[in-house]
Amino acid sequence: MTEAAARTRGKLGSPRPTWFPARLVGLRSETATARTLAFEVPGWPGHLAGQHVDVRLTAADGYSAQRAYSISAPTDGDRVSITVQEVGGGEVSPYLEETMELGDQLEVRGPIGGWFVWSPSPDAPVEQPVLLVAGGSGVVPLMAMVRERARSCSRAPFRLVYSVRSPSEVLYAAELAERAANGDGLRVDLIHTRNGPADGSRPVGRITAADLATPSDAGWPDNPRPRAYVCGPTAFVEHSIRLLLDIGYSNSNIRAERFGPSGG
Amino acid sequence: MSIFTRGFGGRRDADGVTLPPGQHLTDGFPVLSAGPTQYVEPEDWAFTITTETDAKRTWSWDDLLQLPNEDVEVDIHCVTRWSKLATRWRGVPVEAFFEDSESEADYVMAHSYGGYTTNLPLEDLLDGKAWLVHEYDGGPIPAEHGGPVRLLVPHLYLWKSAKWLSGFTMLIGDEPGFWEGFGYHNYGDPWREERYAGD
Amino acid sequence: MNPPSEHSSNALDGSAAAGQFAEVFAVDVSTVTVTCGGCNAPAAFAEQHAFIAGPGTVIRCRGCDHIVARLVQTPDETWLELSGSASWRFPLTPPPS
Repeated sequence: MTEAAARTRGKLGSPRPTWFPARLVGLRSETATARTLAFEVPGWPGHLAGQHVDVRLTAADGYSAQRAYSISAPTDGDRVSITVQEVGGGEVSPYLEETMELGDQLEVRGPIGGWFVWSPSPDAPVEQPVLLVAGGSGVVPLMAMVRERARSCSRAPFRLVYSVRSPSEVLYAAELAERAANGDGLRVDLIHTRNGPADGSRPVGRITAADLATPSDAGWPDNPRPRAYVCGPTAFVEHSIRLLLDIGYSNSNIRAERFGPSGG
Repeated sequence: MSIFTRGFGGRRDADGVTLPPGQHLTDGFPVLSAGPTQYVEPEDWAFTITTETDAKRTWSWDDLLQLPNEDVEVDIHCVTRWSKLATRWRGVPVEAFFEDSESEADYVMAHSYGGYTTNLPLEDLLDGKAWLVHEYDGGPIPAEHGGPVRLLVPHLYLWKSAKWLSGFTMLIGDEPGFWEGFGYHNYGDPWREERYAGD
Repeated sequence: MNPPSEHSSNALDGSAAAGQFAEVFAVDVSTVTVTCGGCNAPAAFAEQHAFIAGPGTVIRCRGCDHIVARLVQTPDETWLELSGSASWRFPLTPPPS
């Protein structure tokens, strides 16, 4: 290409994720089986809402194990937070969920994932509505998006449809309720699949197309069409995508992140 | 620079049982795969041995059950460093499929439904060293663990125990299979820690 | 063979493998458009199917299961195979205006 073209050509996007040492500086219990770990990661380049990190644990004899975790909060200097849900078995989750203490160290690689991300579009004449569909711990990267929206004072219409087995499993329950009550364009709808709250308005059961259809009082614009982000165990994500296609979403407006059969 | 994580480490010993070097015990049974789980009904399953002269012989599920079946209890070792002790299977020793074989080939390429391959010397499949198994822990092998029929070769790393077994091709000259041609050891003896090409 | 509809795929999304591929690429490959060498369908790397935790990582076309990439990390080397991809397209970010 010509020199002039080379000067004005863009650069390869999405910087290469690399390994960083990370020290645990904060712990917060979210439910009986989940907690948020906040790490101090010197040199962290920052991240977008929806991205994840690979977490690596190395034992004294050199044995190492690695697992991916979604980042639960927007970029904040050298702070990187993840929310870990207890899963039966595995090597990394039990350590993070039960054993790790303040001051302990591990390594994180990231930020990873330029596809399953949301950023505000402050210059857009009309912000694209966003439907967030969470299955269990799939809510973690979507919560980063909810928090980013609030932090950036974005007016993008947001709706979180969050499927859990029972009320005791809802992550960030109090915060979600508080944010939804702000009246600034975030709506939160909980789906209970096994046990529901006593005063529940929706019968207990698996997510349906009706749960995902835009409510008539949502006030969403006709254009641009909404974008859906779906995250959770593979079976949940695949089922939800089928429902979204049934109600008129196109593949180009659906972004998905599957955790595999065991969940996040 | 490596960061060591306090309090993290796998179990190395097994109440007096020696594990191959670098292995750790697992209580579970991890599901590892190079591709989508294959779902083959027993009535649709077939196993074909193709010789070096392209002669073919095929066994059905019913044929498999008619051959001499035996219960085996073996330790299995995965190259990703987990080992599982005393796993119980039921199946047919591989030598039963070679009784009338006229092949003069010394090497075998095992094939799975879905396209996976792994190569072995024929002698590592005979003399009580390997089975076509169709039961695990007293029941049908779940699809995710290679059912309805998988190869079981416990003296080598588990990637040699091809899941969803569909056939053997006899080879005069050895050829690398899916992982053997891409970073992994051609033979794969866990006791000599033959994980990678060049080990 | 495709799974019956009641079975769920055991695949993860490509984004789960993007960290490993970062070792040998200059960028996070999640947003690379990978065109399948089998069926010619394009999709983001993040949308393709990843099979991790075996001896190596296998990336398959989400439409036809054709292997579009393989990666193995040994103590001394990293092996990379892209023969099943027709092309990889890396998006640029616009220059600052």
